Amino acid sequence: MSQYVKSLRMKANPLAGLGAGVWLVIVLVPLYILVTTSLRTQDEALGGNPLSWPRTLTLSNYKLVLDSGFWGFLVNNVLVTAFTVAVVVVLCVPVAYVVVRSAGRWADFAFRIFLLGLAIPAPVTIVPLYVIIGKMGLYDSLPAIILPTAAFAMPVTLLILVGSMRDISEELYEAMALDGAGQARILMQLVVPLSRSGLSTVAVFTALNAWNGFIFPLILTQSDNERVLTTGLYTLSSQYGVNIPATLAAVVLSGIPMFVAYLLARKALISGLMGVGGK
Amino acid sequence: MVQDAREAATAPGRRSAAARVGRPSPGWAVPGVLFFAVFAVVPMVYAVYLSFCGNWGGLGTPQFSGLSNWTRLFQDSDVRQATVTTVVLTVLSWAFQTPVALLLGVWAAGRERNRAVLSAVFFIPLVLSTTAIALLFKAILDPNFGLATTIGPWIGFPDGNIIGSPNGALIAVAFVGGWQFIPFHTLIYQGGARQIPEVLYQAASIDGCGRWRQFFHITLPQLRHTITTSSVLIIVGSLTSFETVFLLTQGGPGTSSTTLSYGMYREAFQGFDFGYASALGTALVVVSTLLSLLMVKFSGFGSMRSTREGM
Repeated sequence: MSQYVKSLRMKANPLAGLGAGVWLVIVLVPLYILVTTSLRTQDEALGGNPLSWPRTLTLSNYKLVLDSGFWGFLVNNVLVTAFTVAVVVVLCVPVAYVVVRSAGRWADFAFRIFLLGLAIPAPVTIVPLYVIIGKMGLYDSLPAIILPTAAFAMPVTLLILVGSMRDISEELYEAMALDGAGQARILMQLVVPLSRSGLSTVAVFTALNAWNGFIFPLILTQSDNERVLTTGLYTLSSQYGVNIPATLAAVVLSGIPMFVAYLLARKALISGLMGVGGK
Repeated sequence: MVQDAREAATAPGRRSAAARVGRPSPGWAVPGVLFFAVFAVVPMVYAVYLSFCGNWGGLGTPQFSGLSNWTRLFQDSDVRQATVTTVVLTVLSWAFQTPVALLLGVWAAGRERNRAVLSAVFFIPLVLSTTAIALLFKAILDPNFGLATTIGPWIGFPDGNIIGSPNGALIAVAFVGGWQFIPFHTLIYQGGARQIPEVLYQAASIDGCGRWRQFFHITLPQLRHTITTSSVLIIVGSLTSFETVFLLTQGGPGTSSTTLSYGMYREAFQGFDFGYASALGTALVVVSTLLSLLMVKFSGFGSMRSTREGM
């Protein structure tokens, strides 16, 4: 039957195609302006048409940004991202393992606490976090950014990990336990290797959040030495003021690392972005 | 059979020794739970406590002041305006992102070639940070820089100063949010649309349904849950959106694009009234919690939880 009926779904739909084309233009034009303007001289940018091709291409804006502390922001950003991912993975794997394997009220209770955490929006906690981090003596340090960023990545992480650990069959656990393996060994040699796909999604999701986070670094750090890419970008743009090409050069530079990661590992990045929705 | 045995084994009061073989102790979860409690749950509880404390700017100890912040909150005309602004922004964001993402997603779920069109370029906004995107659009919409003066007249801003007018600022914030997140929601809809059984469309074709009727009678009803998931993410996201407003419009001109979360930031870190800011934040959490609970009820999280039963 089906080979005779070609459903409309698979037929070309020129109107929808046109709509998609329009959206593509809407995405592309700002990106085109971003790149071309960052290569313009400041004089040309202020008077000219942003859609025209630059009369003189210059890398001076990039040089200006790289000379104003950009490398420091990048190093801090890498540190924050790496430590956040490490903290989240190390803390969440055992919790997910308990939720999946331990049939008890406590495990349920723990999981519920984390699910409630899904409902806590990060911006709302900035006042108490500012006070608490201050009381801990961590204000204006990288750990001040890492700790809350990690905490807020935990609920989604747990959902994903619990989902992937459920797929490990009961018999494997029991076989290992009967062979006398301790819990730590079961965790390291069975659970971690078999939930690798969930772990990579979680790592990407957490890394993206940490990499692009703005509100925690904005509130919990202030000095130049503790700036990450986002707060560095914000500071530079207010310094540059009307020097729009320089600001946009900083935007391009801040986007390059993620963009390269995207080109190299598109699938992993997309699944990490989707987080809960990811397959 | 195995399933039955497992359920029997884990039913309360009927646990045999065999069922407990290799079960981890809940102790393993303690570090993770503690960490989460200190940096996410305690701040939330503390925010509620602070909302009952009088004018406190972070020095000394907060003084309990009963409902003073809350009564002030309900009489504050700025809060009323920020609430309206937040609702308008949320509605605008939803009305912009949902139709576009749904249509793009359904289209991309079709033939292979369609997906190729939405290739790498389409998802670039997703890898840029909100900060980078907001600063990019701040430059593009700068009235001295060019593109704003070109686009402005087309959409009813003859002087080209889009960000400088109350309505324009809100529209700009909603547009920038859409530019950033529509690719994400397109992915969600594409996933949902590809799950719809082909048979439904074939049956409809045989019955002589055209494209429109197929879309309205098959695609849309079948995407019900996807629409819920995506919509709730948009709504909760825009209710608490802070960064784009902070970077693109600073809540201006005047207070015309000041949302509740940006207003909260201003109260806390420019007015140094942590108590009042916390009351604002708490009110915001109550609203978004209600919505998140709806999300848990109607979307995938609910089913994730129910699979736990009988474990």
